[in-house]
Amino acid sequence: MSLDKSAVRTIADLARIRVPEDDLDHLAGELSNILTFIEQLSAVDTDGVAPMTSVAAVGLPMRADVVNDGGIAEAVLANAPDKAEGFFSVPKVVE
Amino acid sequence: MSKLTSLTIAEARDGLSKGEFTALDLTESHIKAIDAGRGLNAFITETPELALEKAKESDARRRAGTVGALEGIPLGIKDLFCTKGVRTTAASHILDTFIPQYESTVSANLANAGSVSMGKLNLDEFAMGSANITSYFGPVINPWKRRSDPSVQLVPGGSSGGSAAAVAAGLVMGATGTDTGGSIRQPASFCGIVGIKPTYGRCSRWGIVAFASSLDQAGPMARTVRDCAIMLGSMVGHDPKDSTSAPVAVPNFESALTGDIRGLKVGIPKEYRPDGLSPEIQAVWDRGVAWLKDAGATPVEISLPATKYALATYYIIAPAECSSNLARYDGVRFGLRVEGKSLDEMYANTRAEGFGAEVKRRILIGTYVLSHGYYDAYYIKAQKVRRLIADDFANAFKTVDVILTPTAPSAAFALGEKIDDPVTMWLNDIFTIPTSMAGLPGLSLPAGLDGEGLPLGLQVIGRPFDEETVLKVAEVMEKASGFSTRPKGV
Amino acid sequence: MGYLLQGDTGDWEVVIGLEVHAQVISNSKLFSGASTVFGGEPNDQVSFVDAGFPGMLPVINARCVEQAVRTGLGLNAKINLTSVFARKNYFYADLPQGYQISQYELPIVGEGVLTIDMAEGSKAVGIERLHLEQDAGKSLHDQHPSKSYIDLNRSGVALMEIVSKPDMRSPEEAGLYIAKLRSILRYLETCDGNMQEGSLRCDANVSVRPVGSTELRTRCEIKNVNSIRFVQQAIEYEARRHIEVYESGGTIHQETRLFDSVKGETRSMRSKEHAHDYRYFPDPDLLPLTLDPKMVETIKQSLPELPDEKKQRFIAEYGLSAYDAGVLVAEKASADFFEAVAKGRDHKLASNWVSGDFFAALNASGKTFDAPPVSAKNLGELIDLISDGTLSGRLAKDVFALMLESGKSPSALVEEKGLRQVTDTGAIEAAIDQVIAANPDKVADVMAGKDKLIGWFVGQVMKSTQGKANPAMLNELLAKRFQK
Repeated sequence: MSLDKSAVRTIADLARIRVPEDDLDHLAGELSNILTFIEQLSAVDTDGVAPMTSVAAVGLPMRADVVNDGGIAEAVLANAPDKAEGFFSVPKVVE
Repeated sequence: MSKLTSLTIAEARDGLSKGEFTALDLTESHIKAIDAGRGLNAFITETPELALEKAKESDARRRAGTVGALEGIPLGIKDLFCTKGVRTTAASHILDTFIPQYESTVSANLANAGSVSMGKLNLDEFAMGSANITSYFGPVINPWKRRSDPSVQLVPGGSSGGSAAAVAAGLVMGATGTDTGGSIRQPASFCGIVGIKPTYGRCSRWGIVAFASSLDQAGPMARTVRDCAIMLGSMVGHDPKDSTSAPVAVPNFESALTGDIRGLKVGIPKEYRPDGLSPEIQAVWDRGVAWLKDAGATPVEISLPATKYALATYYIIAPAECSSNLARYDGVRFGLRVEGKSLDEMYANTRAEGFGAEVKRRILIGTYVLSHGYYDAYYIKAQKVRRLIADDFANAFKTVDVILTPTAPSAAFALGEKIDDPVTMWLNDIFTIPTSMAGLPGLSLPAGLDGEGLPLGLQVIGRPFDEETVLKVAEVMEKASGFSTRPKGV
Repeated sequence: MGYLLQGDTGDWEVVIGLEVHAQVISNSKLFSGASTVFGGEPNDQVSFVDAGFPGMLPVINARCVEQAVRTGLGLNAKINLTSVFARKNYFYADLPQGYQISQYELPIVGEGVLTIDMAEGSKAVGIERLHLEQDAGKSLHDQHPSKSYIDLNRSGVALMEIVSKPDMRSPEEAGLYIAKLRSILRYLETCDGNMQEGSLRCDANVSVRPVGSTELRTRCEIKNVNSIRFVQQAIEYEARRHIEVYESGGTIHQETRLFDSVKGETRSMRSKEHAHDYRYFPDPDLLPLTLDPKMVETIKQSLPELPDEKKQRFIAEYGLSAYDAGVLVAEKASADFFEAVAKGRDHKLASNWVSGDFFAALNASGKTFDAPPVSAKNLGELIDLISDGTLSGRLAKDVFALMLESGKSPSALVEEKGLRQVTDTGAIEAAIDQVIAANPDKVADVMAGKDKLIGWFVGQVMKSTQGKANPAMLNELLAKRFQK
């Protein structure tokens, strides 16, 4: 599978990673190689095989509906690069 | 290496209980060793002051009659485990200022067992790599050197390269690692130490920076099988904060080391002998089989047909999960923020500058294989092949009790070698990845040296939750191998 | 014929589907133990899990699962004993993980049905599915000139996303659907349905087609409308917009829009311009959810009588009109109030008094059924006093007004104020005599043919008896007196 510059731009955009224009070609090449490698799976016969999303054999454990967390605003904000009045702040978003 | 830093955990435990030395003595000697061994770049954050404090507390506890399973033992913590109040970076620029306000379950378990943390160990960025060369804090150097040219710096393997190097060089007595596709086993092999990735679900993942959620597992790395068994006993246990944590009892792993493996069946998978398998590795493998036969076990040839697809399967599933797990690194609530004119620009700039090349590659591949139009062809397909891989093992375990394979296709290579093509680098994990895909326990132990005097490891794979048999078999082999050499100068 | 919009080229039909996000009533969040209470200090109800810190993992809240099952059963929907949580991946400041834990291919609840009652009759609106998902945090864009502020208190609160089939054909139907759904959720106590606080939010999917066509044209989604009225306005505006575009030869592109309630218009959401590829995949931190059929059955047995059932029963048992029954059952509290008043009493009286005077007083007082202006017990007693002849209807109104003022029981007030109605013919005759004697000219007028003046006499006698004269008797006796 071959990826071109514009495909890489789209993927990078979805992943919110800025890729400098100059790097697009090289990255496209690297990613194309990787895709070619992983494409070998298309040759495997998987008819009737159920996908395996977890190796854990247990069912989903549930917890009781009690409030036993939160109330730690200071700790939650402790690592924030920018904050004000108890909020996280980010560049303004215009809807 | 001073006398104290060359002890095993078991020996230190004994010496401490006999009063031959104190936890403070142990910690002080390891601080000196870390000082002398800084050239290996095994640590990202050293915490000597904290360690001395903890060592004193340990001695006080011992005097008061409380002795934990790892009381006073100096350990290193891979910098992927969140440690409260101590910087945790995942070896990434994007987290290089992050100070967690919480402690991971596994590192808390080890602290509760009385151990003393010497600091945070270096790794490949976000646990992605097989040589510890992608760390923002620089590569880790393997304490082992080639006989022919000791000036060449060798890689320790990865991603838990700092852990492996620190243990091998005597900077710590044991270390935590994490293993997603081989990141405990392969560096253990490259550095001549023992490392075990337990069954998926044995150790809690809570507080460990997530890479690939369905594969990540924490595990111990130490110089002997017994030491790993001791550490494992304190690391494992059901954690209600982790929905994938297995609700199973914790056996006494140390007491499983009976030395008796008579009647055990050992599977030798024919697919692990690809064309071009180095003759030295083949020889070590054959020797391993011989040791087991001598001990009364029976080798059985088995077939794991889906083996050859494991690497491709892994490199679809792991990147897919990581692309989602790493979306939270966006500069809003913690870590690096690079400004931008808009929110999206801030995200794009932060992540471009904060992530290294390998991490970015994997995020992009992961994003692609999950994207519209490709999900079925890649992700779903890979999850189906994964089931085939798991079924292969389940089938094999109908006739054998453990499986024996080489751990890595080579000994440690040089820094600067093998870096041109990501895929070539990925081949380092070719023997360890299938075990991860099936969630099985896998251990690597040093079984011999190659022509350059570099360690070669063998891998023992067991049934789900049968770490006991894996450890037992490994100890038998460890005794038979007589492997006790240390890297030169250590 | 139904709701049709007239365009230049002909009549158009509107096709509407609604996605309602209902916040689940629970103490803690869907995947963390932080509190769900509305209106706390910013970031004070946030766990490290909700804030998406490194290494954090979700653990599901059993009660939220039960609430979703309860809601599904209340919508006559299929409960899927196995369901899967999936990650919906996208970037936004109020989404700390960079993905929302939701459900995609296998939701906890499948197809169901909701009935709406219109003047022309009932209509069944199909429910496509219901799934559980995390709510996002809140962004404030107006606190600072160049920054947006983020509060994660709401991040991780459990939501039920209820998706209807595109079966609605008018803003009216859409409004009725939301009202009915809200009513059911409140009956089940799985969501409080408070649209102003945002515990019930509605996204409307709107498309149009020429009358007679069965195709489904491109739809636009209008997001996060927080009142029924606005939903209706938004649908109408959007439908007309589509028609205008089609009739001028243009095409409608699938997009997400916001409703500007000030201007009464919808507009495109700039931030949603990115092609949305959510890259759904099963969340590897969560295993498939498997429900015990016994648990589902237990919940089913514990369901309260729901509005539709209750309405039918009120019509049958209490002889109420469909309209009156519908009004009373809209809220469980009002239905329960009515029944407490009506049981064992005259149904017509009960219905009139509850629907009439009581509801008027309730609305005027601004109170709710938690602390009504008049208790069901007292209102029932008032009706008893009418039924046993102690009070006339007229007197009862006076007593009711006093009850509102004082909070006292009607029997206490009747005693206190001596408000028994007078049914003794002798007493009424005597009162009539007095008025007749005092107004000979008016008597003459009545005798001369001005029958309407009899009403004046009725008023005067009423006044002189402090309103206590039994009206029926009074009318009868007066009529006799003026008989020629």
